[in-house]
Amino acid sequence: MHEMSLCEGIIQILEEHASRQGFSRVKTLWLEIGTLSGVEIEAMRFSFDVIKQDTLADAARLEIIEVPGKAWCLPCGETVEVGQRFDACPRCGSYQLQVTGGEEMRIKELEVE
Amino acid sequence: MCTVCGCGEGETTIEGHEHDHRHKHEHHHHHHEHGHAHTHDYGQGPAHAHAPGLSQARMVQIEEDILGKNNEYAAANRRWFAERRILALNLVSSPGSGKTTLLTRTLADLKEELPMAVIEGDQQTSHDADRIRETGVKALQINTGKGCHLDAHMVGHALESLDPEEGSVLFIENVGNLVCPAAFDLGEAHKVAILSVTEGEDKPLKYPDMFHAADLMILNKTDLLPYVDFDVDKCIEYARRVNPRIRVLQLSATTGEGMDGWHQWIHANRQLAALGS
Repeated sequence: MHEMSLCEGIIQILEEHASRQGFSRVKTLWLEIGTLSGVEIEAMRFSFDVIKQDTLADAARLEIIEVPGKAWCLPCGETVEVGQRFDACPRCGSYQLQVTGGEEMRIKELEVE
Repeated sequence: MCTVCGCGEGETTIEGHEHDHRHKHEHHHHHHEHGHAHTHDYGQGPAHAHAPGLSQARMVQIEEDILGKNNEYAAANRRWFAERRILALNLVSSPGSGKTTLLTRTLADLKEELPMAVIEGDQQTSHDADRIRETGVKALQINTGKGCHLDAHMVGHALESLDPEEGSVLFIENVGNLVCPAAFDLGEAHKVAILSVTEGEDKPLKYPDMFHAADLMILNKTDLLPYVDFDVDKCIEYARRVNPRIRVLQLSATTGEGMDGWHQWIHANRQLAALGS
């Protein structure tokens, strides 16, 4: 959706950590992106390659860890896996689902120097 | 560029907000250094193996939300609203759903009963803010330039200039876009998604993130129902699939049919906002 502005946010966060923790280059960047976060992974990769130019991350490799969507099914009383927000419960077919996971958009870890 | 918050980049313009960032940035003082960073030196030992020849490489665990910054600004806005008992509503929809018409009608209907103010978000022009001002309600335009959504930081700046009255209702009309604004919390009490019956009834399924994030869906232009192929029940069913808690109001901002329910919803939520956080 707004992968460009997300990538700008990422670079900002990296710059803050760089001055705080004394590194100057980011070599690898691990992101956790949930299936239900609305982030298109390919668009994220593309945007990151554009935005990272002339920053401390311009040679950084992007590693994306995809986090599956999870929801609590009220009728089943159990956590089930969902691929989309409008998916029915794969066990009972109900839509009474409360999303509990898969909305992540986080910077998890960095390899820096 | 603002040295406190780093803003002033890009093409965003906010009426009344000069890019001399020397004035106070009340809402910026919440830059908590959140997230606990842990540094692991991988200079020696087996971990070194994956970065041969680069002994200075090390791993830094960050665990920080990409939208963390926006969420901090949103939390600051939310506190600001709570202190002033302001009900802030974030109106989201596709372009052409009748958001501005709904808003001008609402303002005209309620301006004797309630103090209100409006923040207008569009890529370009101040046409919408001008339309709002014609009703006599104060409005401020944010032009996002290339941006496709408002963020909490822009809204924070807008609040400084707009200065909505205590106990008022603040309508934030987001950029017409059912995708990006879903992810950006502005500090509002509720997102209100407006869908007109001239659009497809399956929009809640096509744009599930937005309907999931909204607390209220307004089906607008119901006066056109006889002329269009739009299944109201199906639309509501789809919306509840992505958000079982969503409330639905049907109205026509043009004829006024169903506007009472919307007014009551605003009054009720304003009373809740008045109770404080």
